[in-house]
Amino acid sequence: MPVEGVAANGHLLAVSNLTKLFGSFAACNGINLQIEQGEIHALLGENGAGKSTLVKMLFGVLAPTAGEILWQGQSVRIANPAAARKLGIGMVFQHFSLFEALTVAENIALSMDANISLAKVAEEASRLSHAYGLPLDPKAHVADLSVGERQRIEIVRALLQNPRLIILDEPTSVLTPQEADRLFETLYKLKAEGRSVLYISHRLEEVQRICDRATVLRHGKVTGACDPKAETPSSLARMMVGSDVAAVTAEGTSAKGEVQLEARHLTVPARTPFAVSLKNICLKVHAGEVLAIAGVAGNGQGELFDALSGEYPVGDDSAVQIRQRPVGTRNINARRLMGAGFVPEERHGHAAVSALPLSDNLVLARSRSDAKAFLGGGFLKIIRRDAVTSATKRISEAMDVRKSGEDPPAGSLSGGNLQKFIVGRELDRQPSVLVVNQPTWGVDAGAASRIRQALVDLAKAGSAVLVISQDLDEIFEVATEIAVISDGRLSDPYPAQELSREKIGLLMGGMYGKTEGTEGAHAH
Amino acid sequence: MRIELEKRAKVSTLFSILSPFIAFLLTIIFGGIMFALLGKNPVMALYSFFVEPLSEVWSLHELAIKAAPLILIAVGLSVCFRSNNWNIGAEGQFIMGAIAGSILPVVLYDWQSPLVLPLMMLMGMLGGALFAAIPAFLKAHMNTNEILTSLMLVYVAQLFLDWLVRGPWRNPGGMNFPETRTFAVDAILPEMIASGRTHWGFAFAIIAAVLVWFMMRYTLKGFEISVLGQSERAGRFAGFSSRRMIWFSMLLSGAFAGLAGISEVSGAIQQLRPVISPGYGFTAIIVAFLGRLNPLGIVAAGLVLALTYLGGEAAQLSIGVSEKVTRVFQGLLLFFVLSCDTLIHYRIKLVFDRLTATNSEGSR
Repeated sequence: MPVEGVAANGHLLAVSNLTKLFGSFAACNGINLQIEQGEIHALLGENGAGKSTLVKMLFGVLAPTAGEILWQGQSVRIANPAAARKLGIGMVFQHFSLFEALTVAENIALSMDANISLAKVAEEASRLSHAYGLPLDPKAHVADLSVGERQRIEIVRALLQNPRLIILDEPTSVLTPQEADRLFETLYKLKAEGRSVLYISHRLEEVQRICDRATVLRHGKVTGACDPKAETPSSLARMMVGSDVAAVTAEGTSAKGEVQLEARHLTVPARTPFAVSLKNICLKVHAGEVLAIAGVAGNGQGELFDALSGEYPVGDDSAVQIRQRPVGTRNINARRLMGAGFVPEERHGHAAVSALPLSDNLVLARSRSDAKAFLGGGFLKIIRRDAVTSATKRISEAMDVRKSGEDPPAGSLSGGNLQKFIVGRELDRQPSVLVVNQPTWGVDAGAASRIRQALVDLAKAGSAVLVISQDLDEIFEVATEIAVISDGRLSDPYPAQELSREKIGLLMGGMYGKTEGTEGAHAH
Repeated sequence: MRIELEKRAKVSTLFSILSPFIAFLLTIIFGGIMFALLGKNPVMALYSFFVEPLSEVWSLHELAIKAAPLILIAVGLSVCFRSNNWNIGAEGQFIMGAIAGSILPVVLYDWQSPLVLPLMMLMGMLGGALFAAIPAFLKAHMNTNEILTSLMLVYVAQLFLDWLVRGPWRNPGGMNFPETRTFAVDAILPEMIASGRTHWGFAFAIIAAVLVWFMMRYTLKGFEISVLGQSERAGRFAGFSSRRMIWFSMLLSGAFAGLAGISEVSGAIQQLRPVISPGYGFTAIIVAFLGRLNPLGIVAAGLVLALTYLGGEAAQLSIGVSEKVTRVFQGLLLFFVLSCDTLIHYRIKLVFDRLTATNSEGSR
């Protein structure tokens, strides 16, 4: 289903001087961007660079403060998503908007004109999905589908409008490598038909692989427009973060020591209807070792962290062992006192309280383990401000935390700087066991490399480090051993050198030894 | 056209301090307009409402008597509210504290001892705390909403008191009036200062305010309260238990409300009657917020709200308006405090461009 060519000067979409202010903060500041017909155009940038704000303006979700949008050479004003669709712009959001209780066809029909029959929608959706290599059963209920299949519904929904430009917001962040490969096939097909794709990502490798051109944003401004295939990952990263990214060196890891952290047949029922139950998880982390647990989000990583940290103790005392002592029923502070440190995934509202200053956030994690240093006044437990302030300063210097002022609220720091502080807060204690969930999630490349180096160094110094991560690049950078979690089950660990990305991808899809992807499991 | 609230990039420190004062000023202006519409001279009316009660020594004592329970209850509530536990039933805990504290002077009226008074105060605190333990238990273990349970228990306490003073505790020598015996001298909270009626309940309120202020400002417990109030998950990460915090904050505020109740009965009324509070437990919620949940701010706010009670009585006498005008002023004050706080954090923006109306369809 090829589309007709663009008249006149060629640009399908051009944006000039587009600006969006939130109060006095410029989320997008004078953005210029051209998208040609039939190209896959990458929009690269760190978290908070202004990518989402830009595409929301293109899709009519946000109104620009200033600037112009040209669609096929005509100045247009996109008042709402319906207007965007009418022009021929389709969008697939990072977070899906699907009703789980409805079928695929019903979900698609909801976004169409009311006067088209459901049978017709189902037929059309089924035809389109097969034509683009996105097999979907229109009668399946969304609740039964995997994340990758749900994403297909969103893509088919966008394609039904016969768009000229499709915007995809971080589409692979929820996919296994195999699912991502399939998506790329679809994108090539769309391109061959003369459609354009605006592809938002911060995964450099993907962008290099599939995109024809890239526009790089940083702090709301365009910092580069290039052919990604002509660049190296580090030159792209440089455009994104504005400075060279130090490579993490994992060589020379010391020999394995004793087991410091162990889970023995750890089984935890799901706490809420949306949680994942942990099923018979066994793992061992030796001193001097970094065990990385790979997996697609929502496969039990959070639950595993909760059980290992003791935020939610488990019933069986011997199921979790720290330094060869059973701690399953003990709480998080008891485990900290035994030399363990913990870094949760969510920075705001879990690892830190955004409105409280950094020094208070230091007390948050260490009020018990450092009671001698930080508390005075006997049973009154008066917080010793001088000790806390100097420790905050020490950590900020050690981890190069950039902040405005002496002791600003945690919420005022950028994600990367806050994460450096949160990791530094644990490293400062020199823990013999460190459990980290998504150490560099949504963190800029500079901070990420610093944090990863710190984890490697900690293991080298003789601690046991457990890293739970969705980022394969990160896992290969830091891990000595790798295991994969899928639906609450943990695979055997493999030495990092022996494991290919392909194999991890299969394990992530829950395939232990088989070769086919995740398809078929939900077919009706 | 539509009105948007746009978050301010920076919150003015000056205005967050001035906010309660601006709110008070606006309350006076609108109160004046209200008096004018009622056909009274607004200047005279406001004078008799806000100034006259401050002009004489005896009325200053009345102010302290009215402020004491407000401050004591509001200080306890501030701990609850800061830890995200919404105890709305302080009125009931006030009454149950008064009842529990009155067991000695009403039932064991023969026992005369210097121990009576301290025991009464302790039993008052215990009564309030036990009554607050009901919504605490229901929230901590049954996951019920404490706003509803604590509020509904207020009516239970009110009706229980009503039944007691008309039934088993009615004064046998009281001509069938629904009230208990008057307390013996040993059971009466003495006056603090020679010049008037202010009893030791006022001192309790000030001491409680200072202690809670110290706790919130300097100790790990205060830190725990504010962390759990802002993020339960972060509190769990710190090893703090939100369930224990429900118990702590509810029992503390219940005990303070109970102490306020028995102090009021022992110091000011000196017997139990069907109604012993003009809504102190509810007005204390306004006091807590007007004082920005800061115990020292609450002392000032308690005095202001106490003035509205006195002003209502004064206005009824001197200009002949209903004493319900007290409620109007309390409502105005709360409204303006909340409005000022909103405008400190947000600015109002009028948007005239109808084309830019945002539509978030499909955005999440």
